[in-house]
Amino acid sequence: MSNSDNRYHRIIRPPGKGINLNIPEIWFYRELLFYLAWREVKIRYKQTIMGAGWAILQPSFSMIVFTLFFGKLAKMPSDGIPYPLFSYAGLILWIYFSSTLTHGSTSMVNNAQMLTKVYFPRIFFPSAPALSGIFDYFISLIVLFILMMYYGFIPSYTILILPIVLIGTILCATGLGCILSSICVKYRDVQFALPFFIQLAMFICPVIYPVSIAPQNVQWVLYLNPMTGFLNAHRACLLGLDSFDLFGLIIAIIISILIFVIGVVYLKKTEHYFADLI
Amino acid sequence: MSTQKNPIISIRNLTKSYQIGGPQEKYKRLTESITDSVLHPRKWLSSRTCTQETFFALRDVSFDVYPGEVIGIIGRNGAGKSTLLKILSGITYPTGGEIELYGRVGSLLEVGTGFHPELTGRENIYFNGSILGMTRREIEDKFDEITKFAGVEEFLDTPVKRYSSGMAVRLGFAVAAHLDPEILLVDEVLAVGDAGFQKKCLGKMGEVAKEGRTVLFVSHNMSAITTMCKRVILIDKGELLEDGTSDEVVSHYLNTSLGTYGKTEWKDIDTAPGINGFKLISVEILNENRSPIKLVDIEKPVIVRIGYKTLIPNLKFRIAILFYCGATCAFISVEPTESVRKHNGLYYSEVTIYKNIFSERNYAINISVFSSAGAKIRFCHVENAIIFQTYDKMTGNSARGDYVQTMDGILQPKLPWITKYINGD
Repeated sequence: MSNSDNRYHRIIRPPGKGINLNIPEIWFYRELLFYLAWREVKIRYKQTIMGAGWAILQPSFSMIVFTLFFGKLAKMPSDGIPYPLFSYAGLILWIYFSSTLTHGSTSMVNNAQMLTKVYFPRIFFPSAPALSGIFDYFISLIVLFILMMYYGFIPSYTILILPIVLIGTILCATGLGCILSSICVKYRDVQFALPFFIQLAMFICPVIYPVSIAPQNVQWVLYLNPMTGFLNAHRACLLGLDSFDLFGLIIAIIISILIFVIGVVYLKKTEHYFADLI
Repeated sequence: MSTQKNPIISIRNLTKSYQIGGPQEKYKRLTESITDSVLHPRKWLSSRTCTQETFFALRDVSFDVYPGEVIGIIGRNGAGKSTLLKILSGITYPTGGEIELYGRVGSLLEVGTGFHPELTGRENIYFNGSILGMTRREIEDKFDEITKFAGVEEFLDTPVKRYSSGMAVRLGFAVAAHLDPEILLVDEVLAVGDAGFQKKCLGKMGEVAKEGRTVLFVSHNMSAITTMCKRVILIDKGELLEDGTSDEVVSHYLNTSLGTYGKTEWKDIDTAPGINGFKLISVEILNENRSPIKLVDIEKPVIVRIGYKTLIPNLKFRIAILFYCGATCAFISVEPTESVRKHNGLYYSEVTIYKNIFSERNYAINISVFSSAGAKIRFCHVENAIIFQTYDKMTGNSARGDYVQTMDGILQPKLPWITKYINGD
């Protein structure tokens, strides 16, 4: 046997107890992950007039509604930041997170045809929405910068933290996506429960209110939710706030890595029945 | 088969079983799982062992494939051929046994997997190629070849939803045909497209084989199998029944009832054959009492019934049934007129073949639906829709009379004989 053949030597066995992450295989298929994400971006706004403008319209309209009801009527405190800016900075990261979860959880069921007819690493199914969502996120960032200029906020060196916040959010969303999409293969309930759950979840994350409105002694409970740390850090690093909560961010990153590892392991543990059951 | 080389694929005692009738039969609602476990704890626990039945899609299959071999895999529908390819390509896992592979595997289980109607031809080529395991560079290098092969050069920037279904299929095959892994798995993809394109596909497959790549080829098309493959493996009910030269295995398959099926149904209308508002639903043979049969008594009339759905009102077409013996067309029966099917919905068309027409052999039926008066439209073409075997009970009433030796010929019509004494010279 020549060496080039040995490179592709592979043994197929019944699923065993162990887990083989098979990183070389994921590396081999890496281009496909980007194609999957690119395809989602392409398809998402086909046959729409607004096109990618929807990435701006959704958070903008939410921001306007929340500003009217919470900012003006309910007089929600916002740590001294103009409420529109405060809520918009929270909303864009939240929309990224929630749409990644929504698309990620149905990624296998909606692509059942692909799942049963071709092989590529199954983890790409929930990972692709996490990547394609970043595209929308960056578009919506443009409006944030416009708002910042309007209110006289200048980005400072703290913006260098942004990649860390984004990577943390991606890990968290992908990990949850792995778990939910794997469960969804067997139990379609996920499809119905998740949108409802996401709607509620926005109110337990500091998207449209600051953590500071919670009593000091229970704030730590909020930080068990990694999105609390990310949303705070996201807002602080973009708006150049001094009140940067490093401890909250570290906690959030640790929890996200944990969620990501659990998600990947769960997907790997269950992937052997995907094609048979879907 | 070369014995000097090491095998490129080595399959040992491969088994794939499914649990049917048990909890794994289909996905359950989460609440069902929970309420089941709460309300019927004993049943829920014991169901894992008792109420399930094990179905073997593959059972103890072992064989070796050597580099450069082109192997045909044949067998009835549901014999386990596709499962074998799915396990080899990594889509599903075996429940027992082991496979060793020494090469990149490219699988072509379906034409145009991942095609999105909203994307353009160009975009779909890139995406589909990458899904099949090609790198961006490989796709770029072969891009012109692919578009030329598919004949869609002018439509590269048109969304695929505006393509005719024939064009989409051609594009899908073209991408896949330009894959070049060491091992290529192909499942019945040639059953699509018109006859001309099928020939082109076969030609391309032949080229691939000549380049020295290893091909496993699942098909019902026996003539394609015999022209392309030297070695053929016959699988029945999940077990490897025969492994030998294509002539041997194919003729054994065709000459026993193994290869026969008197009824074919397409249950899923989306994947059922047919275009332009026509969908073939079923093809079956019946006896004169309209009960389904698989074996045909040549002394009795036979009815071929074709079930189809029209999705558009006022479709005008003609159905042709082609009776084949191996590669030879025995005869064709066409609807005498191109009649209009006024309504949307299910239709049956039946043709009765008089008694004493067939000889004793296996016949395959191809179905063709088209219109040729005015606009020439193709609606459907299916090869080997059903394969049936005929027999002669030797009662003396068939065409052979009391002659008992072998009768040659692909038909055996009973014709009147008259012998007259003319004069005494």
